Amino acid sequence: MNDTVRAYLDAHSGAAAGLPGGAIPWVRQVREQGLARFSEVGFPTTRDEDWKYTSLRAIEKHRFIPAPDRPSGLTSGDLTALDIPGLDAHRCVFVNGRFAPALSSLDRLPAGLTVTGLADALNERADELEPQLGRLTPHNPNGLIALNSAFLADGAYVRVARGCAVDRPLELVYLVHANGQALALHPRSLIIVEPGAEAVILERYISTGDGDRYLNNTTTEILVMESARVDYYKLQDESPKAYHFGGLFVHQDSDTVVSTNNIAVGGSLARTDLAVSFNAPGAHSTLNGLYIGTGRQHLDNHTQVDHRFPECVSDEFYKGILDVRARGVFHGRIVVHQDAQRTEAQQQNKNLLLSRQAEVDTKPQLEIYADDVKCSHGATVGQLDANAVFYLRSRAVAESIARSLLTYAFANDVINRFALAPIRQQLEQHLAAKLLPADQGEVGM
Amino acid sequence: MLSIKNLHADVDNKSILKGVDLEVKAGEVHAIMGPNGSGKSTLANVLAGREGYQITQGEVTYNGHDLLDLSVEDRAREGIFLAFQYPVEIPGVSNLYLLKAAVNSIRKYRGLDEMPAVEFMKLIRDKAKLVDMKPEFLQRSVNEGFSGGEKKRNEILQMAVLEPALAVLDETDSGLDIDALKIVAGGVNALRHEERAIIVVTHYQRLLDYVVPDYVHVLADGRVIRTGDKSLALELERHGYTEMSEAAASAIEARAVS
Ligand SMILES: Nc1ncnc2c1ncn2[C@@H]1O[C@H](COP(=O)(O)OP(=O)(O)OP(=O)(O)O)[C@@H](O)[C@H]1O
Ligand SMILES: [Mg+2]
Repeated sequence: MNDTVRAYLDAHSGAAAGLPGGAIPWVRQVREQGLARFSEVGFPTTRDEDWKYTSLRAIEKHRFIPAPDRPSGLTSGDLTALDIPGLDAHRCVFVNGRFAPALSSLDRLPAGLTVTGLADALNERADELEPQLGRLTPHNPNGLIALNSAFLADGAYVRVARGCAVDRPLELVYLVHANGQALALHPRSLIIVEPGAEAVILERYISTGDGDRYLNNTTTEILVMESARVDYYKLQDESPKAYHFGGLFVHQDSDTVVSTNNIAVGGSLARTDLAVSFNAPGAHSTLNGLYIGTGRQHLDNHTQVDHRFPECVSDEFYKGILDVRARGVFHGRIVVHQDAQRTEAQQQNKNLLLSRQAEVDTKPQLEIYADDVKCSHGATVGQLDANAVFYLRSRAVAESIARSLLTYAFANDVINRFALAPIRQQLEQHLAAKLLPADQGEVGM
Repeated sequence: MLSIKNLHADVDNKSILKGVDLEVKAGEVHAIMGPNGSGKSTLANVLAGREGYQITQGEVTYNGHDLLDLSVEDRAREGIFLAFQYPVEIPGVSNLYLLKAAVNSIRKYRGLDEMPAVEFMKLIRDKAKLVDMKPEFLQRSVNEGFSGGEKKRNEILQMAVLEPALAVLDETDSGLDIDALKIVAGGVNALRHEERAIIVVTHYQRLLDYVVPDYVHVLADGRVIRTGDKSLALELERHGYTEMSEAAASAIEARAVS
């Protein structure tokens, strides 16, 4: 056991007594298992095949401190700047991993929709959570997910009751207000969508300070029960110095239709591990992803789709845009298990490198153990088409604008797969801001 | 308006243009003909400013300024338009968006505000009608999935919208059916104006029946080997380039000897 691991264990023993639901045996067990796993494996290293391209050295060097359990002092006025224009949502806010009811707007929740802090839920109705919490993560999780379970305390608890079609999107805002402190956060969320229910759910990871370096180690478990439909978004737009690790575990029962839209634009080092598991026949999953990196950002997306039952469909489409010295990683694994006959699985990963120093490692991986399947996958890495740049310039369009137009055009088809219009507009703006240089004026002869 | 003197251009250290001379005045229409690979598109690309050509000798002035000094976009803003022999497909960028970006970029260069949306749409609709292009084409991505003829008409649409001072059309007539040829010729003739000049690169007399040139030049092996009036094109149609090239070659040799 190294010093870094020991520091987290020490932090844990200091905090454990005060964690919510500490008296409940099964909750304790989830934490203890997480702790045991973390002390056994520590942080992943580049020797692990799944972490070959993403080194955690940088976070091991830092001593992050547990987030203080006191009010942030933020007011809802501080949050208006963070609104997504045009998004009319039920909003649930977490500041430094703690549910902040005063900053949330949950007064219009329809009957059948429960949204609250996980800590409150553990204190008030732990029985309701027992069958799922900590059950949708893998048996042998990586060190970060294990660490999240060890510190499991607060985050979102969402339950959409049977047959309930939620009237507007549910926006879960995970706001880090570090105030210059190197915080370690482990938000943990559980989302259960009961049979026949429908919901649009957006998880946003944002921060107040652009210069804050902190560790945001999140885990979200999502259970989608029979015939339910979920349109899920993860929008990670954190401080350019932040470290973000997100485990996202989606379990789909029969005849469910789920789309996960995974968007990563912020952070210094950001990784999402998305695992979709079909636990019954006839489920449909769309996995859309877009990562846009610049500067020295390192953006990693690991996805795994497990086809365990027959007649499920997965359709995965991830695109990456990397500028300056940014580095992207895409590792998409699709496993078609022996009994998963008549599986249809598609996977595409396309990357655009905007500078010579930008890099991407893409690794599509298809493992098929059934014989009656339709599967395809492919990955590309390219630059902007010089002919197209010239063509636009020959039509008077400035080179910088030509390049951003073509970059936007590259992202367009995946952005169009995001059903939520305000998200599309937000990304459009983001791309424009990130890609268009401030001065577009030119003087000629 | 345009003056090309002794222009030499290389691609990858291979000499392509070997001393081109050409004078184009406002109000004129010039046709450039010549065998495949003789350097016609190279000349057009050099004028438009495409990268990858090394200018080893000579000069090009446009309205009294050194053209070769200008960026690609500034040439366009100064009124130069190249209709491409092979228009590029740009998935994800609509024709309308491109036209809007082009129009407003030129306006900005001239110190004008963006064109109001209503005025812009009217302009585009009128010009689309001129080249017989259905409105739904405007929403489509630039040239993506367009037929050969549709791509050429799209080039003419852009030209009609931008109203360049100097238009260079590189084989815009190739691959067109007779109706499309008339549409393209109509678009070019609509642009004819005493303050504008047009250079058409073509292999065929049939375009020149509709767009009657003031001058016809023959470009062979990187040089203008003959210049004449519209009757030169007819002569070419009858005799082909080989005969002419041989005659020119011996003429050049004769000059070298004397
Ligand atoms: N990028 C390039 N790399 C190598 N060779 C080139 C390049 N561009 C042009 N060339 C060569 O230069 C010569 C002239 O080409 P160009 O396209 O200018 O001919 P052209 O007169 O337009 O012919 P065509 O009538 O077939 O259109 C050809 O031999 C061509 O192969
Ligand atoms: Mg040519």
